[in-house]
Amino acid sequence: MENILEIKGVQKKYNNFELKNCNIKLPKGMILGLIGENGAGKTTTIKAILNLISIDQGEVCLFGHSLQENEKNCKEEIGVVLDDHFLSPYLTPTDIHKTMEHIYKNWDQTLYFQYLEKFQLPKTQPIKEYSSGMKMKLKIAVALSHHPKLLILDEPTSGLDPIARNEILDIFQDFIQNEEHAIFVSSHITSDLEHIADYITFIHQGEIVFTKTRDDLLDKYGIVKCLEKDFKKIVKQDYIKYRKNRYGYEILIADKKQFKKKYDIQVIDKPTIEEIMVLYVKGEK
Amino acid sequence: MDIIISNSSNIPIYEQIKEQIKNKIITNELKYQEQLPSIRKLAKDLRISVITTKNAYDELEREGYVETIPGKGIYVSGKNRELIREEQLQKIEGLLDTAVSIAKISQVTKKELQNILNILYEEE
Repeated sequence: MENILEIKGVQKKYNNFELKNCNIKLPKGMILGLIGENGAGKTTTIKAILNLISIDQGEVCLFGHSLQENEKNCKEEIGVVLDDHFLSPYLTPTDIHKTMEHIYKNWDQTLYFQYLEKFQLPKTQPIKEYSSGMKMKLKIAVALSHHPKLLILDEPTSGLDPIARNEILDIFQDFIQNEEHAIFVSSHITSDLEHIADYITFIHQGEIVFTKTRDDLLDKYGIVKCLEKDFKKIVKQDYIKYRKNRYGYEILIADKKQFKKKYDIQVIDKPTIEEIMVLYVKGEK
Repeated sequence: MDIIISNSSNIPIYEQIKEQIKNKIITNELKYQEQLPSIRKLAKDLRISVITTKNAYDELEREGYVETIPGKGIYVSGKNRELIREEQLQKIEGLLDTAVSIAKISQVTKKELQNILNILYEEE
């Protein structure tokens, strides 16, 4: 399968933060969710992909070409949703259309107004009167209206209610019906990604901890719950991290089946991505 | 086509899909040469990832229940009707075997066992 996006050994050092040797591949037709706590490096990674910051080392390839080689054409093919929308709050969606048609070669007026209708966004109302959910849907409509192949979104669902989040996931799955498309989405609301993301990449303190398919993560990983006497029997290489609380142990393991064969421990829960994330960050080894 | 997925179940989602489609093929609810929804369509309808649906279809194909016709779609395969029956028979034999061993341990006679089977079969 061809990669629509490939990040190779990207490094960026700031005074108080460092993105270390970042490697991510996103094949065509797939959704990749970048997860991590606030300040883990999600936005820095996205900025590096878009060449909004100069990286110290490494390379970003989009559609098989180095971004620096052909930045302008590359960006025509990308739809971007960042935290800030960089639009004046006094503009209306119609005003935005007038700006965008001069920015993107492939800007599709008809498509844009179709999206506005579909997302029920009033055309002549200034953005400042929009709710957060409406603003996000408008940003996505703008991002989709120049026929991009790749959508890059930074925290598109944060601050939204469950209904609006659900609608946005629908938009994603519609977009991905075309197998030439792909989505790179960062979020700390992991339950959104748990269902629809094909790959989950976990970043922690500027470092990629893992990239796994959703199925591997949720079907194979497990959380063992046991008492101290059982925990002492478990060999170190058989678990990833553990956490001790007043009543017992929670242990993150990478392969439920293997573990069950080796140990006689009854309680192994199916983890959520959130639990995996917390155990990785807060757990000990 | 109805498929019901439980997110809290311990059975992986791809397996839930696989088993349900398989059952529909065995019971002839999905007929020979009937087209199945595309991987992407099914993923969207069930609100799950593309890879998960792909895994389910891949396994169904490996077991001979469906076949992919490139550029056209995924269809219920017909050549394995006999094999499916064979597989089901084996499954039945295995379960009856368990029943017989329990019967022997607890001194249930062959006649009693046959009676139970008759009653159960008629109930259906």
